[in-house]
Amino acid sequence: MGPLLTMSNEWSYVAALVIGILFGFILEQAGFSSSRKLAGVFYGYDFAVIRVFFSAAGTAAVGILYFDYLGWLDVSQIFINSLYLGSTIVGGLIMGLGFVIGGFCPGTSIAAVAIGKVDAWFFVGGTFLGVLLFDLGYPLYKGLVNGYNYGPVKIHETLGMSAEIFISLFALIAVIVFAVTALVQKKVSDPTKTY
Amino acid sequence: MNGSKKYMNPYFAGFILGLLILASYFFTGDGLGASGAYKRAAAKLEGFVSPSYVENPESSAYKYFTDGQDPLKNRLVFMVLGAMVGGFISGSVANRLKIRVEHSPKITAKTRLIAAVIGGALFGMGASFARGCTSGAGLNGMATLATSGFVVVMAIFGMGYAAAYFFRKLWI
Repeated sequence: MGPLLTMSNEWSYVAALVIGILFGFILEQAGFSSSRKLAGVFYGYDFAVIRVFFSAAGTAAVGILYFDYLGWLDVSQIFINSLYLGSTIVGGLIMGLGFVIGGFCPGTSIAAVAIGKVDAWFFVGGTFLGVLLFDLGYPLYKGLVNGYNYGPVKIHETLGMSAEIFISLFALIAVIVFAVTALVQKKVSDPTKTY
Repeated sequence: MNGSKKYMNPYFAGFILGLLILASYFFTGDGLGASGAYKRAAAKLEGFVSPSYVENPESSAYKYFTDGQDPLKNRLVFMVLGAMVGGFISGSVANRLKIRVEHSPKITAKTRLIAAVIGGALFGMGASFARGCTSGAGLNGMATLATSGFVVVMAIFGMGYAAAYFFRKLWI
């Protein structure tokens, strides 16, 4: 029963390396090594971000639920990020601004660095600077970062429904979003342009 | 794009990315991540510059030194190194390896690079607050049905769309 490797197992580093290689490969294959393609999600000319992101989240969520149901994965043993409500919202808002200004997120910038995008090299440098700045100012917002802690709560519990119902709703919403964004992209995008 | 291969179908890419996340939880008990490697690299540098700073429990880097290991000896660091290799392999087979600054024709390369540094810095700060970036907090969070994942994704895209108008000259 999974998870097969504990964090202290040296093989978990090998697993992480292999998973990382596949991660970078998929991101680059999907075109996420291009900031102009990624930024298209905010201007309607390319919704690849929404398509890849929500397909991946849905597939993984259904998969984890099935693995749990079949007894292949002990979900109580996997890491669930806790909800520090204030810090999570502030962090998300700052990242949203970073996304629309920088055109990458940390994962996609790594794939872009690998194929020679100089703007991604600068983004990576900026990310490192940002982390250092956060660390320097940490005493100022330590309370916010560690406050409003609701623990590793699950979305279906927060909404008061079963996981199965939530995933079904999520899939329905995803299909509607895919359809609407396809229509928008058809109107907005210029077919002569590729990124 | 002269001679470079077409990108993968985004729904198929998402599907296999989802399977990869599932495999990651099955093997290691945790998902994907990118910003974690930066946190650890920054902690390493801070420890190098000022050992007393990271020994202070009040510092944000303190937690990366408590297990007595090098902060860089972590799965997230290996994952990012792997992602770079994987991106390079993909770029090679798709004929996309080229050193260049990619930017909208309406802005200069210099403007693009400045925006990239600012955007990166914001992402570094934001990911520190949210305990992970689009992958580590967003994608993993949604995959595990963590409320935090859905909150952070709504905040990222909400802010992205709200601010898009003001930065449109960078892209369109």
